[in-house]
Amino acid sequence: MAHFDEKAKPFSHKWLNERMAVDTVKKVLSTEYWIPKDINFLWAMGMILAATFGILIISGIFLLMYYQPDVKTAFDSVNYTIMSEVGYGWLWRHVHGVAASVVFLVIYIHMFTGIYYGSYKRGREMIWLSGMLLFVLFSAEAFSGYMLPWGQMSYWAGMVITNLFEGFSPTIAGGVANFPGFVEWLRGDYVPGQAFLTRFFMLHVFLLPLVIIAVIVLHFATLRLPHVNNQKGKEIDFDEAAKLYKEGKKKESKVIPFNPVFLSKDIFVMGVYFILFFYLVFFHFNFAMDPVNFDPADGLKTPAHIYPEWYFLWSYEILRPFNKDLGLIAFGFAQVAFFLLPFLDKSPVVAPANKRGLFKVWFWVMIVDMIVLTVMGKLPPEGIWTVIGLVAALVFIALFAALPFITKFEKKA
Amino acid sequence: MSNRRDFMGMALGSFAALGALGALYAAKRTWDPLPSVKSAGFTTIDLSPAQENVLVTEKWRGKPIFILKQPANAPKSDREIHVAGGRYLVVVGLCTHLGCIPAYLADKKQFKCACHGGEFDSLGVNTFGPPPRPLDIPPFKISGTSVILGETGPEYEKMLAAGLTLKV
Amino acid sequence: MKEFKILAVVVILSLITYWGVEPFAHSQMHKHVEGHNFVYDGTADIADASKDKVAAKKAFWGEVNQIAKLPGNAAAGEALFATCMGCHNGAGINMGGVIPPVLDHAGSLYDKNYLIALIKDPAMASNVDHKYANTMMHPMGAVQAMVTTPQQIADVVAYIKAKKVGKMTPQVAYEEACGRCHANRYGNLTQLGATPKFKTEKEALAHQMKVLDEQDLIKKYMGKLPPDLSIMIRARSEQYMETFIENPQTQLPGTSMPRVGLTKEGYEEVKAYLEETGDPSKDARHAIGPWVILFFVIFTILAYFWKKHHWKDLH
Repeated sequence: MAHFDEKAKPFSHKWLNERMAVDTVKKVLSTEYWIPKDINFLWAMGMILAATFGILIISGIFLLMYYQPDVKTAFDSVNYTIMSEVGYGWLWRHVHGVAASVVFLVIYIHMFTGIYYGSYKRGREMIWLSGMLLFVLFSAEAFSGYMLPWGQMSYWAGMVITNLFEGFSPTIAGGVANFPGFVEWLRGDYVPGQAFLTRFFMLHVFLLPLVIIAVIVLHFATLRLPHVNNQKGKEIDFDEAAKLYKEGKKKESKVIPFNPVFLSKDIFVMGVYFILFFYLVFFHFNFAMDPVNFDPADGLKTPAHIYPEWYFLWSYEILRPFNKDLGLIAFGFAQVAFFLLPFLDKSPVVAPANKRGLFKVWFWVMIVDMIVLTVMGKLPPEGIWTVIGLVAALVFIALFAALPFITKFEKKA
Repeated sequence: MSNRRDFMGMALGSFAALGALGALYAAKRTWDPLPSVKSAGFTTIDLSPAQENVLVTEKWRGKPIFILKQPANAPKSDREIHVAGGRYLVVVGLCTHLGCIPAYLADKKQFKCACHGGEFDSLGVNTFGPPPRPLDIPPFKISGTSVILGETGPEYEKMLAAGLTLKV
Repeated sequence: MKEFKILAVVVILSLITYWGVEPFAHSQMHKHVEGHNFVYDGTADIADASKDKVAAKKAFWGEVNQIAKLPGNAAAGEALFATCMGCHNGAGINMGGVIPPVLDHAGSLYDKNYLIALIKDPAMASNVDHKYANTMMHPMGAVQAMVTTPQQIADVVAYIKAKKVGKMTPQVAYEEACGRCHANRYGNLTQLGATPKFKTEKEALAHQMKVLDEQDLIKKYMGKLPPDLSIMIRARSEQYMETFIENPQTQLPGTSMPRVGLTKEGYEEVKAYLEETGDPSKDARHAIGPWVILFFVIFTILAYFWKKHHWKDLH
């Protein structure tokens, strides 16, 4: 039973402490949340993601005031009402569109940092899995959001991606994995139309953000006990290091408090990020707001070139070189491959990739392969591009298949 | 714990706050009524077809507007608008108590509000019940036999200055 | 410092990805089309002509260039222009599929050579000759019987070029050059011009019916309804817009959209209107952008010193 001092002044420090343990909370989450000192700016990507997510929510709130989820008025509610009538509507639209694209650049940097430094193993598996879950949720959020302006790309991306859910061809295994009715059920109609638009609006504005916030909390929770990793992957005795720091021996201690030390580095990196971000918002945004989507949706005319947003291209390219059924298998594999990383990597060594022998090669081949897949995914499927794309897709599958063997024989130096 | 005043932190915090103020200003402007809404706030009504003691209801800025042509022999009032020889009451048809629309009883020459029993005479002046003031007169400008609601003319300015209505 | 090396790696890999996905991929998807700087002397037409048309095109533009050399008498042209007013009278009557455009600002909007070619043979000049076995069948084909001799053509064009009717604004340029086929709903324009404010819903619907009827006539003439251009400026690149408007056949071979013969100045006016309706926030972006970026530059500098303050006694 907590002790409540009747003489404590309401809302004073003591009063709040008795009721909400504010001092303990502050210590655990902020001033005595210990982070290793041996880090670089890549460690700030998490906070940058949180900030960008916040920007998406805020800009989204203002867009939500004027957007109309009706197939007849959606396009104009965005491109006329919001872009020319609403005070600073163009600003929120540009911020939202650019942030939705840039957030994936930061997600990939954050993800690859984790892979490079081995931050997905030795107690950090749940951090990795909750993070990959966030990647999937953000992908769903991005896809559902892209439907909303109801432009040509919105419509045809909606058509193509929901068609994937038809499953395998009726000729495979007697059609047991073929679900033509499922596609119509998903859409709520034979083709993407009013029902399709409003349900993706519901997902984008309500359900997915709620789930994302919950998983972000989970992601933070999974990080608390194992603690943040460091550049050398060394195991740190956090209690010992914390003691040193609190005694004033800051130089000898291997840790820093989240607030204000780690935060100060985060905010500096954020400043640099925002300079780039707002440059893109005001002056260079076509990569995020593709011209094809400024043509209103037309169910009777497919644009000459349709392609997903850049962050989906590597995944899209993995399914493209193969026939429909093989492609679906390859695509499915691509989605789960990264989830399996902690379990495919058979080495217990936590160290940066450049100290891990063959894994260093594996890492950089993976990075180059992802970039090649991304670029090939955008190029029209003609001539030499299809060959390169096929090779890159096969390399991707081979990389993950080979990982257990590469890491099994890794030196435990 | 920091045992020195964190000047840089305070400088950074105040500067960031400045940026937040800018963002808040943009947010406020986003909330403003749209130009198309504001420009739709002008309605022209031709008063000449109205008949004596027969209530005509029009619409302005989403609100009902009562037009009541006064009988020729009724005493003059400052609350009337004179247009093409006729004398008209032009008021917002919302009870000044809590906003219900009063009904016009032509035989009693009286507006009666069903919500809480308020009563106004045929010139919109409150005579009984909770209404605190007469029916409001909308901003108007005389143009031929019509009035343009939403714009102001000298006749309206005079009524406003004489305290015959609050600004609507 | 190690962190700079890491930053360099991240930046370079991101830029390579960006280059591949944007400039490079788009260059592969859309082959570069060369513009001709709004010069209408037939070189483009002859170069792009199909084998069976080359001789005809060469002959046609040869004659046009000859007429261009003739000194035109504007006064004589004015008398002839009265025949043009028979159709180009601004009464909004659909003739043969479209409403003939008002010619008030034709002098500043359209190129002299082009006007000559247009009067000589409208289908050939506007590059829709592929639609007609006999170019006299073009809705304006009859002009060849009304303004016949090279001197007459030179006179009329001289008059048109000298005519000055009021100020040309971007909206006027759009309405004259594009508006009878292309609506612009963000600019409140239909193929029948600006939509007036109606008091009753019934009147508004009646007008809408009139617009739909006009659109049906255009659809029949063109094959499909020309798209609304409200936001076209953001749906196509600058390069595409310029080359397309200069000669629609280069970007959409076989299209029934006529070339309209805009001068460079005329194009700039039309483009200005398209930017008014399609990208009205451009000025605000350019005005506010630098300040927001400056804010974050200062923010980053302050953040750097704050960071240093906390990290200096750690190493």
